[in-house]
Amino acid sequence: MNVQLDFHALLPELLLTATVLGVLIVDLLPVRKQWTAVVGLVGLFAAFVPLLTLGFCESLAFCEETSVRSMFDGSYVVDTFSLVLKGLFLGSAFLAVLISAGYLERGRFWEGEYYFLLLCSVLGAVVMASSRGLVTMFVALELVTGPTFLLAGWRKGNARSNEAALKFFIVGVLSASVLLFGMSLVYGTTGELTFAGIREAIVGLELADPGFSDLPLLNIAVLFTLLGFAFKIAAVPFHVWTPDTYEGAPTPVTAYLSVVSKAAGFVGLLVLSYQAFADLRSIWGPALWILAAASMTLGNLTALRQDNIVRMLGYSSIAQGGFILAPFGAAVYSGATGAQLEDAFFATVTYLLVYAVMNLGAFAVVIAVAKRIGSVDVKDWGGLYQYAPGLAGLTLIFFFSLAGVPPLAGWFAKFVMFRSLIGIGEWSTIALAIIAAVNSVIAFVYYARVVKSAWFDPVPEDVLTGEARSAQLAPTLGLAMGIAAAMVLIVGIFPSVLSELGEMTKVFVAGF
Amino acid sequence: MSSFENGWALTLIVFLPAVGAAAVLAIPKAQEEAQKWTALLFAGVSFVLSVIVAFQFDYGAAQTIQFGPDSTLTWIGAINSNYSIGVDGICLPLLVLSTSMAVLSIIDSWNHWPEPHNPKVFSALILVLATGMNGTFVALDLILFFVFFEVVLLPMYFMIGIWGDRNKITVPVIGLETEMRLYAAIKFFLFTLFGSAFMLLGFLALYFKSGLETFSMLDLSGGVAERGLEGLAVWVFAALFLGFAVKVPMFPFHTWLPDAHTAAPTVGSVLLAAILLKLGTYAFVRIAIPIMPEQSQNWAPVIGILAVIGIIYASLACLAQSDMKRLIAFSSVGHMGFVMLGIATLTDIGINAAIIGMVAHGIITGLLFFLAGSMSHRYHTREMARLGGNQKLLPIMGGILGFTAMASLGLPGLAGFWGEFLSLLAAFNPLEGLSITLFRTLMVIGAIGTVLAAGYLLWMLQKVNFGEPSDEWLDHEMHDVDGYELAAWVPLVLATLAIGIFPKIVFGATTDAVTAMVTKVFGG
Repeated sequence: MNVQLDFHALLPELLLTATVLGVLIVDLLPVRKQWTAVVGLVGLFAAFVPLLTLGFCESLAFCEETSVRSMFDGSYVVDTFSLVLKGLFLGSAFLAVLISAGYLERGRFWEGEYYFLLLCSVLGAVVMASSRGLVTMFVALELVTGPTFLLAGWRKGNARSNEAALKFFIVGVLSASVLLFGMSLVYGTTGELTFAGIREAIVGLELADPGFSDLPLLNIAVLFTLLGFAFKIAAVPFHVWTPDTYEGAPTPVTAYLSVVSKAAGFVGLLVLSYQAFADLRSIWGPALWILAAASMTLGNLTALRQDNIVRMLGYSSIAQGGFILAPFGAAVYSGATGAQLEDAFFATVTYLLVYAVMNLGAFAVVIAVAKRIGSVDVKDWGGLYQYAPGLAGLTLIFFFSLAGVPPLAGWFAKFVMFRSLIGIGEWSTIALAIIAAVNSVIAFVYYARVVKSAWFDPVPEDVLTGEARSAQLAPTLGLAMGIAAAMVLIVGIFPSVLSELGEMTKVFVAGF
Repeated sequence: MSSFENGWALTLIVFLPAVGAAAVLAIPKAQEEAQKWTALLFAGVSFVLSVIVAFQFDYGAAQTIQFGPDSTLTWIGAINSNYSIGVDGICLPLLVLSTSMAVLSIIDSWNHWPEPHNPKVFSALILVLATGMNGTFVALDLILFFVFFEVVLLPMYFMIGIWGDRNKITVPVIGLETEMRLYAAIKFFLFTLFGSAFMLLGFLALYFKSGLETFSMLDLSGGVAERGLEGLAVWVFAALFLGFAVKVPMFPFHTWLPDAHTAAPTVGSVLLAAILLKLGTYAFVRIAIPIMPEQSQNWAPVIGILAVIGIIYASLACLAQSDMKRLIAFSSVGHMGFVMLGIATLTDIGINAAIIGMVAHGIITGLLFFLAGSMSHRYHTREMARLGGNQKLLPIMGGILGFTAMASLGLPGLAGFWGEFLSLLAAFNPLEGLSITLFRTLMVIGAIGTVLAAGYLLWMLQKVNFGEPSDEWLDHEMHDVDGYELAAWVPLVLATLAIGIFPKIVFGATTDAVTAMVTKVFGG
């Protein structure tokens, strides 16, 4: 057993672990609880630095170059793909902490424990990005999910929050067991734990026994493993927990769940599909095609009927999940070339990166407005532009970016998604592209409804009290929204900023 | 080559208004004068630059792309899309039209910003709109084109939604009661978004399925790309058609237009009619025909028939209107029908007619909407039945209205004549291979349309301008045109005359470019 550790490669995880402990220690000290948030922010920032030194290793004098930083017999790998996604997780968590700070202080919630659990979950996501084996992946996934069960119920006195946590917990345990069952079957048929090993074993078994990949056992193994992730990413029909959990949980936690936790699920799906089950595209291609089409259609149609904006964003994130899944559907076509699969992979990663920023921004705005007017009902947002033009402008930026209107970042995400589907050009992928096109128009209706309410409608009489008019924004929340809005605009106008990152991850599928 | 000719001039023309929008937004809300002057300055510089470009343009080589950057500037490397811009004879007149309308819109609204006021946001929206419009006319990369094409949606959506008509209406089908502006804004956006989603799929299919893997309009043109598409070509053209036809708008897709025009504030209607509709027709000339000549020939009869249906339908609809603004809106559908008929003939005469038709319609209908806006500002109604006798109450405004209505019905000697006349002429002799019987029939029906157009415009004049003013206006003090209105309108009146008498102002740029394009794609 090779247990040589590459400490440079593990530095982000180690720094994050130190931060988690740091938060606990600061929480014990007789200082204001806000310092726990500061420690969290500093730690997340510090953990980001080694990502850069690892990424630009060849141009740094002190950096020892190794071609692939692989550990634990290949079940933990640090490559450009994992670096980019770790960056996504750390960046999103940074914004999530900024969003949480004012919310927790105002609501008199426990702060130290909150950041401790949040950062534990982030650590899980960061580990997830490097997991290349069944065991590491399962541990990472549980580390992501476990703390969020507690966070969802953070509004202890609130029945809805308790319901949210309970539903989330039950579904989470169910999905974990489905996933474990699938993984045990994968291990049973191939006898391998690492994804690279599983892939080789499948190729070998197919050679020895043609028709092996049609075995029902293998089909069940692959599908159960992937379906375990379908719960995590809230793909229809495994989404039923999402709206209630999103609505009941504290809004910053919802923001975190809909971005970091969901992205972690997608990372797992990407790694499994494009590495372990790379040669079984005939099994997962059609399955994910159906999930993508169902998620975007059902998510959008249901979102149309929502008056509660958080719930609407919940359904919207289900629909957005469908768009992120759509490029997987490109694998439906068995003749897809390596370059085409690279494009599909690139599309999913790019969409994830854009989605994270704009969705966090949207939730941040919801939190800011809810603080002003004490309501998340779309009708109560009327006339926002008259008394809070800045927030109305941000509403416009984030919600129209989610709708995919140029020149906001969302258009580029949708564009690369369409591109990967049309690039294959078979009837099945073109059909999915058309479904996605119709869906983007439907989605516009409910995103525009929020913008319409904020900009076009009069101020409802019963909503705004004198106190609300003068309410000040938490500076951290303002900072989070500012960062997110700047990124949405910059990426929308110069998408290369982001597509370069997406390009870097293509190495992951270069072996096709 | 100086850097002015080397892409910088066009880049400034396109992006200065956007910079101006940011500058206007940065000015505190109370300082309205500063906001207005800043907006005017940025729009004005953009206009002056476009005029300089028009003067420096080499008309001897109007078919070549000029003022573009020398080397390829990568915009989004990952998808192989470039920042490629330039003007040739086809887009130059439209670019100048677009920059000038932005300036005139700001001048016209100088002292009467529509309710709920707020010149700061309103002028910022005009400037963002200007960036989108100018950009669409100079973009030579499909993705760049797409982004600019979509950028115009947002400001127009807000113009209609915030400053639009607050009268209550009942939404058809759903039966929901809402304000006109809300219904019109979302309808406008959804129709266009639906079209452009499919247009984007079409662009992507052109990129991949043609085998060329480029978004450059020039590299794709001439039929190379189309041959690569094989059986898919008809679907790709259908996708592009959907995107462009909604924007024009052509007959079955036009229903958003009367609502949007009627609900929009004056400047919104003006820019919508003068420029936004042209984005669709321009896209047919710039993208659909050169890139897919064979499908264009297959689809030409369909386009021609829909165009003529549009002409007749719009004329009849005009005769049924009681709202002046709605009448002008429907007349736009008719005029765009003539433009599309010209395009459908696929001949150099027809396409030249289409471009001069676009320019003329932009000037004339823009002016009509300015007039309708100023009149409803004074009378607080757009009901033609109540406006009678306007000529006596407001003689100068009535006079300009009479002049513009004459121009709009295609009176020879004024700008509107050339587009209608030449597109009918072109329909007499369409491109070889197209059914002569069909197109001559279309020509005859189109000619009937011009008679109907004269009918409804004269009818409008009769109701609005002639007769005795109604008693209800006796107690009102009416101001005739003010200096700002004159400053905005006189240039348009002069342009109408100038193009009418001396159409070479437009043809000088377009003729060579169109002939070269038609020769290149249809082999003469």
